[in-house]
Amino acid sequence: MTTLQVNGRAQQLDVDPSTPVLWALRDSLGLTGTKFGCGAALCGACTVHVDGQAVRSCVTPISSVEGKKITTIEAVTGGDDRVGRAVRDAWVKHDVAQCGYCQSGQIMSATAFLKTLPKGQQPAAADIDAAMAGNVCRCGTYARIRAAVADAARSLA
Amino acid sequence: MFTQSMQELPRALQLLLARDQAPAPVAELPRRTFLKLGAASGFALGLFPLAAHSQGAAAPAALKPVEMPGAFVAIAPDGIVTVTVNRLEFGQGVQTALPMILAEELDADWSKVRSQLGTNDMAYADPRFGMHLTGGSNSIKHSFTQYRELGARARAMLVQAAATRWGVDAASLRTQNGAVLGAGGRRLGYGELAEAAMALPVPASVTLKDPKQFRLIGQPTTRLDAAAKSSGRQDFGIDVRRPGQLTAVVARPPVFGAKLKSVDDTVARAVKGVKAVLRVPLDRGAEGVAVIADGYWPAKTARDALKLEWDTSAVEKVDSARQLVQYRELAGQPGAKHFDADMAPLANAPKKIEAEFVFPYLAHAPMEPLNCTVELSEQGATLWVGSQMPGLDGMAAAHALGLKPEQVKVLVQSAGGGFGRRAIPTSDYVVEACSIAKVAQAAGLRVPVRTLWSREDDIKGGYYRPMHLHRAQVGFDAEGKVLAWDHVIVGQSILAGSPFEAMMVKNGVDITAVEGMRAPYPLPMRLTVHHPKQNVPVLWWRSVGSTHTAFVMETLIDQIARETNQDPVAYRMKLMGAEHPRHRAALQLAVDKSGYGKKQLPVGRAWGVAVHESFESVVAYVVEASVKDGQPVLHTVTAGVHCNLVVNPRTVEAQVQGAALMGLGMCLPGAAITLKDGVVEQQNFGDYTVARMTDMPAISVHTVPSADPPTGMGEPGLPPLAPAFANAVARLTGKPLRELPFKLA
Repeated sequence: MTTLQVNGRAQQLDVDPSTPVLWALRDSLGLTGTKFGCGAALCGACTVHVDGQAVRSCVTPISSVEGKKITTIEAVTGGDDRVGRAVRDAWVKHDVAQCGYCQSGQIMSATAFLKTLPKGQQPAAADIDAAMAGNVCRCGTYARIRAAVADAARSLA
Repeated sequence: MFTQSMQELPRALQLLLARDQAPAPVAELPRRTFLKLGAASGFALGLFPLAAHSQGAAAPAALKPVEMPGAFVAIAPDGIVTVTVNRLEFGQGVQTALPMILAEELDADWSKVRSQLGTNDMAYADPRFGMHLTGGSNSIKHSFTQYRELGARARAMLVQAAATRWGVDAASLRTQNGAVLGAGGRRLGYGELAEAAMALPVPASVTLKDPKQFRLIGQPTTRLDAAAKSSGRQDFGIDVRRPGQLTAVVARPPVFGAKLKSVDDTVARAVKGVKAVLRVPLDRGAEGVAVIADGYWPAKTARDALKLEWDTSAVEKVDSARQLVQYRELAGQPGAKHFDADMAPLANAPKKIEAEFVFPYLAHAPMEPLNCTVELSEQGATLWVGSQMPGLDGMAAAHALGLKPEQVKVLVQSAGGGFGRRAIPTSDYVVEACSIAKVAQAAGLRVPVRTLWSREDDIKGGYYRPMHLHRAQVGFDAEGKVLAWDHVIVGQSILAGSPFEAMMVKNGVDITAVEGMRAPYPLPMRLTVHHPKQNVPVLWWRSVGSTHTAFVMETLIDQIARETNQDPVAYRMKLMGAEHPRHRAALQLAVDKSGYGKKQLPVGRAWGVAVHESFESVVAYVVEASVKDGQPVLHTVTAGVHCNLVVNPRTVEAQVQGAALMGLGMCLPGAAITLKDGVVEQQNFGDYTVARMTDMPAISVHTVPSADPPTGMGEPGLPPLAPAFANAVARLTGKPLRELPFKLA
């Protein structure tokens, strides 16, 4: 048995300890907002927060995150996370999504990035690009992602 | 993806049926005459095929989708209007644009409009093709009038219901924002009228709005799925969870079509959660092993622990280096002729270009790995799959499962991209999932099975944009007048051996390999084609033939302009003459908005231009590029677009932004699939390059105003990007780029 703290709740999992967090979330806990894209930390679709840090859940065994706080897209955009809500709202305002499959991961990366900024500081375009470079969007929504991240940062200032 | 000559497509289905000896011809598929508006009961539209059966409504009448508003629009008592989309939504925005079109004529309250995807029911076939198809940038082009008429008919029925209720003449009533309005301020919401309206006959003819009256069409509109897709709440095929569902992961042979020699599954079976390890027949006569487990991770872990020996003795082992040698040899031999012209002037032409172009195989690599969930029951099978051709997939599933076509229900799921990979004439991954469900059932696993591919399975799994070699000899004079253009294309036929071959391979030429050649310029061109057979499955890839023909045409035209010291825009305009007003308008718009010819560029930057029509829409790009540390860099892209009437400007902009990025992706180092001894060398996004945020140029998109019926925009933004970029680089280096991905010598 492995115990994970997911979105503020303790979850008991009877799966192999080597199981990546991604599959514990998706197949065991039914939290399918976190997406499978590459299984190798190359595309960012599976991004979650572990103790506030953006982490690729597809290569993170559950055994390595026991006792740590795991936060998923469901909690970041659906709860009282001020930054997460700002990012979600900016995503809708800029109509970022096309197929939308990678957007959970994009939003998780963007949210983690904005939380690293000192309060009131606006990110430079190059910093946004660097923060988001690990997230692949095959539809090519990058122009709108760039605009939405900047807009979310402004709304948080 | 498909061109106009596919108007004959319904025959393709008949051919498929004949080939597979499936039990029923198309004409006998279950059909309904009229479906009632699903109002009071909140009737699930997705269940119509079964419901129609149970009501005995499967009359074999000629199906006219435009006369079945009930299959497309349901109005609940609270006024919520649910529009069923007869396409796959995989990013292109039809699940918003088609409801906009219907809601326009319905006079619906847009804030109450929702949308859902359809099924393999014949109601959801492309009205022009007569088969289910999301491709060829056809969704809006083919369903614009259909969805307008559906909305107008539903509106007429609601008005009639109100007229009856009030005892007045329907002609005295009008509609506005989801309600029927009468004299003296009387008002009835659509939700209150829907049940009575659904009992009325559907009017045979309706008057459509004058486009000047449009209040939704043409307005920048936020996608209906924007909120769900910005909060992890949008479900895709991969997210389907049926009670008891298991997951299958498959070991496929390293070489396409190979057989299994031996399996040692001792370790695999011991993996916790594994339910079965089964041999399965695979696509193209191959064999493989499916591991079925209670989740992806145990299934994948066990799959990777299988000890397998393969028999590759009977299959060709393609090698990219050898293949290029072979293609070069073929290019020197006589081929099938597509265009003809007198080549005699080549010999004495004052100026001459001889060029060879090489394009690699490309994987689609949609972000959502391929998957299909199959549930078998006494009655038949239900499939959950993000399919571009659910009708064809349903029939292929029926054949694989030994069922009649009407026993298979395909519930189309939102897909995480596709770019053509979900429209497969062989239905490869759907048939595979059905074969697995079948062997699982035979092994006693009577549960739904989701077959899920890893990214490596996807990258190595074939169905690539074919590798191509082009060779051109162009003779021209000092004014740039082309005297003769001798051109050869070598590449696998996408359609040979598919049910579409009879319609789309003419005189030995697969039209998907030559589309985009010559036009819009009146060139004296001889075009011959070779379609060598290779043991590599190939498929259309966003914008299909234009992925390579646009590059060849637009870089050569640009080179002629350079060698005759002419401005590349002026030269194109001169060549096109007055014949191509849409091309001219798109190009001129891009020129005007970019500042081309007026703005002084920073040192080290150059302009690049290209214009190309595909799928009846024209896109022109004017770009700014530089070369830094030996690598081409794209800085800005200005698009001029002609797609006639724009339904949703936000979507057209998004499609151009995205297609430009995918076009840019083709230029980047590592954007190639190669084979060594029959084995695909790439694995994942680490060695198969796709464009990333850091590759993104500034893009602005401008559309030419038009009131003509809309043409599609899913694909046309892709083809001209790479040649525009290449032309800018050639201006900086003095050397034309002749290969994708770019290689600077």
